Amino acid sequence: MNIPDGLYFTKEHEWVKIEGATATAGITDYAQHALGDVTFVELPKKGQGVKQFQLMATIESVKAASDIYAPVSGMIAEANDTLNADPGLVNQDCYAKGWIAKINLADPQETKNLLDPAAYKAYVEGL
Amino acid sequence: MEMIFDKSRPGRRCTRFSCADVPQAKAPDAKFLRRSACELPEVSELDVVRHFTNLSRLNFSVDTNFYPLGSCTMKYNPKFTEDLSRLEGFCRLHPILPQLKGGAARVQGALEVLYETECLLCEITGMDHFTLQPAAGAHGELTGVMLIAAYHRAKKRKRRYVIIPDSAHGTNPASAAIAGYEIINTPSNADGTMDLAALEEKLNDDVAAIMMTCPNTLGLFENQIDEIARLAHKVDALMYYDGANLNAILGHCRPGDLGFDVIHLNLHKTFSTPHGGGGPGAGPVGVKNKLEKFLPVSRVKKNHDGTFALDYNHPDSIGYLAHFYGNFLVILKAYAYILYLGREGLIRTARHAVLNANYVLARLKDHYDTAASRCMHECVLSAAPQTAHGVHALDIAKYLIDCGFHPPTIYFPLIVKEALMIEPTETESKETLDHFIDCMVRAACLAKENPEALKKAPLTTPVARLDETKAAREMNCASI
Repeated sequence: MNIPDGLYFTKEHEWVKIEGATATAGITDYAQHALGDVTFVELPKKGQGVKQFQLMATIESVKAASDIYAPVSGMIAEANDTLNADPGLVNQDCYAKGWIAKINLADPQETKNLLDPAAYKAYVEGL
Repeated sequence: MEMIFDKSRPGRRCTRFSCADVPQAKAPDAKFLRRSACELPEVSELDVVRHFTNLSRLNFSVDTNFYPLGSCTMKYNPKFTEDLSRLEGFCRLHPILPQLKGGAARVQGALEVLYETECLLCEITGMDHFTLQPAAGAHGELTGVMLIAAYHRAKKRKRRYVIIPDSAHGTNPASAAIAGYEIINTPSNADGTMDLAALEEKLNDDVAAIMMTCPNTLGLFENQIDEIARLAHKVDALMYYDGANLNAILGHCRPGDLGFDVIHLNLHKTFSTPHGGGGPGAGPVGVKNKLEKFLPVSRVKKNHDGTFALDYNHPDSIGYLAHFYGNFLVILKAYAYILYLGREGLIRTARHAVLNANYVLARLKDHYDTAASRCMHECVLSAAPQTAHGVHALDIAKYLIDCGFHPPTIYFPLIVKEALMIEPTETESKETLDHFIDCMVRAACLAKENPEALKKAPLTTPVARLDETKAAREMNCASI
């Protein structure tokens, strides 16, 4: 199970990387593994506001359709359009090329509500 | 496997048309003429017969093999109902006839079948009235939720939410959303039934209905159902029963007595009419008295003199939902099936269905994880132990194809990891179940000893393992 350092995680298996005022978000290795082959990602729209732990995107795989929640609040700065043509990137490279959205961070304090890699690892192992 | 075009040879043909015995005429406009040659295979009659006969042998059906598709009650369809539906007096009836002046007198038998079927379904489910119009289960669900919306509208209130447990069929949230509601999901508790505390937290007077399946998709009876119904009715939210799993409780308890207000049935599941491409479906909807006036038109009524007629005089009706009276010949088959089995037969149906599922569960529980130690009409296994060897539910399902079985439902319900959902139904013999169980045990052994063998399955099909994602990722809309 790949859980990289330097990221924050949610219990719904999203990751977020904070760089200044921008947060890049995606789904974790655990999530892509559980979903199986991803066939479609319904991306958020640029300029759309999102709230922490509220619906941000949906993802479909050969097994199921699932919701993706925003790990932090803010405004969508960019969505990963390459997933439209190649949703399999979420499986191949969930922490880099398979990112879902970049969010203009509204409140840096919200990271307090997230898990660090060690806490997320412990959480996943308990599932 | 060759396409029929691969068999084509120039000049080969089935029939020779006789020479035209009428004068040739010129096409009125050249634009209607094709410019390129018509591409049709040039084959003999024998080529055609062999090609399609061989194709038909590739079909998988409940008439050829065991079909343990969980959540979908794929039982055998007895052939006598096919004979009945081919009786000329039924199958050659024109659907407009009962609406013509004096026409009702000529279709009394058909109207009586509809009327009697409604009565039988009321008796079986404990509901007060039925409509037979919806053409399939999901259509029935939409009808049911529209009836719920009409009920609240008549009380001059707009309710926003429908509560649906996380173990529900995917069609439930879809139907409620299409009917204009927002969905609230409630989690299951550790036993796999509805979490009452979570329900109470989410239930308020903005909730239009709770949609439930009982037994639920884990094959478990919702043992707090009367309390759930009491809580719902306290805020005048209606109870909706998804009839997909009615097979488990036929003749033993009735949704109407459990507190449900609206129900849809899948005649093609519980009442053994053809299913899954074998024929049109039918999704009758039953309601309690308080919802009767909203039912779709037309309704079949019995006159004082014992004759039957169509009744359109229902000003509060939600209107037309289907062409004419539903899939009449399917309803006829279900009617015949119910009468043939009778009360005792229907009770035995549920008993055998539950016994068969528990037998499968008991014999497989040492080889797979299980969601519960006992079940109703279907059991949910988990291939989680097999994932340690890199084998997933999908691989086991594919292996079962090579064993001559239709794969069970996999990855559903969503709350069970690596789910394999098996519903044997009452129509399978112990020998068939034993053979299936042996193959499932062999799959579990192979997972440990030779996982690659499972990964390569199926080997006996015209094409081996299909790419599960290609069609979804590279959809070619031009060919649709």
